[in-house]
Amino acid sequence: MRLLLKNISAPLAHFSLEIDLELSGRAIAVVGPSGAGKTSLLDVIAGLRPVVSGVIRLGDRILADASSGVVTMPRHRGIGYVPQDLALFPHLAVRDNLLYGARRVASGGLSADWDRIVDALELRGLVDRRIHALSGGEKHRVALGRALLSSPSLLLLDEPLASLDAALKDRVFPSLERIRDEFCVPMIYVTHDRREALRIADQGVVMVEGKVDFHGSPEEAFARS
Amino acid sequence: MTPEDWRIVAFTAGMAAMSTLSILPFGVALAWVLARFEWRGKSFVETLVSLPLVLPPVATGLILLKLLGRRGPLGAWLQDVARIDIVFTWKAVFVSLGVMSFPLLVRSARTAFEGVNPRLEQVARTLGAGEWRVFCTITAPLAMRGILGGLLLAFARALGEFGATIMVAGNIPEKTTTLSLAIYQSVQLGEDGHAYCLLGISVVLAFGAVWLSETLCRRSAR
Repeated sequence: MRLLLKNISAPLAHFSLEIDLELSGRAIAVVGPSGAGKTSLLDVIAGLRPVVSGVIRLGDRILADASSGVVTMPRHRGIGYVPQDLALFPHLAVRDNLLYGARRVASGGLSADWDRIVDALELRGLVDRRIHALSGGEKHRVALGRALLSSPSLLLLDEPLASLDAALKDRVFPSLERIRDEFCVPMIYVTHDRREALRIADQGVVMVEGKVDFHGSPEEAFARS
Repeated sequence: MTPEDWRIVAFTAGMAAMSTLSILPFGVALAWVLARFEWRGKSFVETLVSLPLVLPPVATGLILLKLLGRRGPLGAWLQDVARIDIVFTWKAVFVSLGVMSFPLLVRSARTAFEGVNPRLEQVARTLGAGEWRVFCTITAPLAMRGILGGLLLAFARALGEFGATIMVAGNIPEKTTTLSLAIYQSVQLGEDGHAYCLLGISVVLAFGAVWLSETLCRRSAR
């Protein structure tokens, strides 16, 4: 994965997001104080927040180029997003949540990814349940599965385990490691948790007031944050 | 209750249902736009939509009469193009009920749309859904109870409409007489028993619609 964020500027409520960054790697931890613009950075990458200047490029694809007016819509970016509140669709069953963005094969059936992802995230027993009938950890696994089934080329995770207690985090975390290692989907992982960041990330980015304060190893990133 | 009374009840309920259903797509579309977008002049549109709620209904009726009369800009055009007369026909009843109940539908639907977490719509877009699919599969189903509640409230308002209807449609027996107009006429003629009978039917219809609306809105808010 190679993600270029060149001279990005996007106005926020109290300051402007100003990013000039090139990311490559399997998992990048984004850390920094609350209100530093970490979620806004994910929104910009996903195309949910417009930029007033700069270029965003993922691999060979230009996602946004403010100077030429090129903007790839969020639905065409191929980027999976798991927001902090998970944003599971409460009126749909787990199966319908998982299939919402799933790629279908030519015959209209499910792709081979369905079995692989459902088994890897231990979702098979949950598919007929309603969202409100799931526990916290199950909801997180469903949100991860839904994002993965859309075959993303990049996964954005916004404090995906923040609302879980330590025991549940330990149960869900292996799912994230499997996504990184087995499915080889690169991820940008916003977190406040040093242990999580060091366990999953091979790079760290520190953000302060909308700007990148440091980019390097996750250990050093946490030492500076 | 005479057969004519039942005819009036059926005419009023039918007109209220038809006018409410006909404003549904416009009301829902406007409510969605008001809930999701900011633009210059938005407060002007909001005020304009709410005007029938605060203007005396007779004043709204007078505006409709001037617009839809044969010499009015819209009425003359309809007469030239399609030879359609609106005022003092059932069509005028239909229009006045729709105009008077429109704000209630828009307000309820707007509140319902504002209650849908925009993050759900954003995530649906990242999963490959276009705007129409997002609306049909996420926004509308989650706002449905509020929209239905607004629809029933609008229907109840249409059932009881009086001022605008009498201005633009008159009170022509077997043509434009609605429940409210029939009650008014019975009182004027000193037929109190008849008026109470029609009043009872009005209360039952309106109570049922408002009760259902309240129930749906309360569930929607949970």
